[in-house]
Amino acid sequence: MTSPGDSGGRETWPLWEVFIRSSRGLSHVHAGSLHAPDETMAVRNARDLYTRRAEGVSIWVVRASDITSSDPDAKGEFFESPQGKEYRHATYYKESEAVPHL
Amino acid sequence: MTAVQPALPEEKSAEGSVDQRREFDRLIDADMRIEPRDWMPDAYRKTLIRQISQHAHSEIIGMQPEGNWITRAPSLKRKAILMAKVQDEAGHGLYLYSAAQTLGIDRETMFEQLVTGAAKYSSIFNYTTPTWADMGSIGWLVDGAAICNQVPLCRASYGPYGRAMTRICKEESFHQRQGFEILLELMRGTDAQKAMAQESVNRWYAPALMMFGPPDEDSPNSQRSMAWKIKRFSNDDLRQRFVDMLVPQAEVLGITLPDPDIKWNEERGHYDFGPLDWDEFYEVLAGRGQANAVRVARRKKAHEDGAWVREAARACADAQAAERMAS
Ligand SMILES: [Fe+2]
Ligand SMILES: [Fe+2]
Repeated sequence: MTSPGDSGGRETWPLWEVFIRSSRGLSHVHAGSLHAPDETMAVRNARDLYTRRAEGVSIWVVRASDITSSDPDAKGEFFESPQGKEYRHATYYKESEAVPHL
Repeated sequence: MTAVQPALPEEKSAEGSVDQRREFDRLIDADMRIEPRDWMPDAYRKTLIRQISQHAHSEIIGMQPEGNWITRAPSLKRKAILMAKVQDEAGHGLYLYSAAQTLGIDRETMFEQLVTGAAKYSSIFNYTTPTWADMGSIGWLVDGAAICNQVPLCRASYGPYGRAMTRICKEESFHQRQGFEILLELMRGTDAQKAMAQESVNRWYAPALMMFGPPDEDSPNSQRSMAWKIKRFSNDDLRQRFVDMLVPQAEVLGITLPDPDIKWNEERGHYDFGPLDWDEFYEVLAGRGQANAVRVARRKKAHEDGAWVREAARACADAQAAERMAS
């Protein structure tokens, strides 16, 4: 049970996924991955690898093997079709279109 | 919800179902991205692994010809710049190894392929760097050619590859400029300095042009890669684009490109240039370049010398994890 890129033990160090907050007010965004022996070294390596030009103010690392994701083959059923549910978007409501501040 | 499955080739039939093949073609045609756990043809996966790992190896081996001058850079400023550049190249190698790993190959395997010669890296790094001006030529010509090659790959159809290339391209532009300015400074210097710059460009020009690979008619797999959008322009098109950029830059430098056939062709709207020595290219590719053996041996030694550090760090991490479990 591993994420893409985790070879499952043949390598000396585990794989970590790196998330970076580029500036205050923004979410952490996936930047890439790296190998490191533990979480402390993973954060340090992530700093050296992904923020050499002040690209971040905060770093998260998570073991690739700890990530759970949706089933890649069940796209259709899992992500319910938005068809027929246009009423979830503001653009569905035509009558009020010309009314100011609506 | 399921845990993430590795996209290993043996887990999915190489042929794929009709639906899977159709979905893959649809994504490629629509200029959308293929992501790691999508079904993909086996040949697409294998070709990408070869291409991305070869590119990663080039970044890593490419640190050596420049690392050669770090201790002898002519000023503290130049030393800091060169170190930053070489560090970037290490980063580029790591981004690309990560991208290759998402296709189901591990890093140990890629390393073995590099040191046994099963995987190639760009032949340009088998040339030696006897003078300081070579740091200028590498930045201007070698990084310049690499940028030409890489910018279109930011739109490669495989998501992790395109994202790695985007990150790399952002960092590359300083590499080319710092090289150009090394040459510019030499060309503003003494006669001996000018001669050094010219002599270096004389050596690097043709090998840099050959970085785009053999002429289109001798590059049988190009068509398929272009259909898959993991190669966006042909070797000859990229080479032409590169020469068109170099000529005016050489004029700014006051350097002569070592090809008497370079001439503006009004009709084509491009510069004509002379034939390249492809025999030399294939000789270096076959392992008979100036430094093939040294490059690989040094990479292997560095890896082996670092083994105890990797093992010690792993043992320390394991011990700390065990301690946490116990407490
Ligand atoms: Fe690079
Ligand atoms: Fe570079």
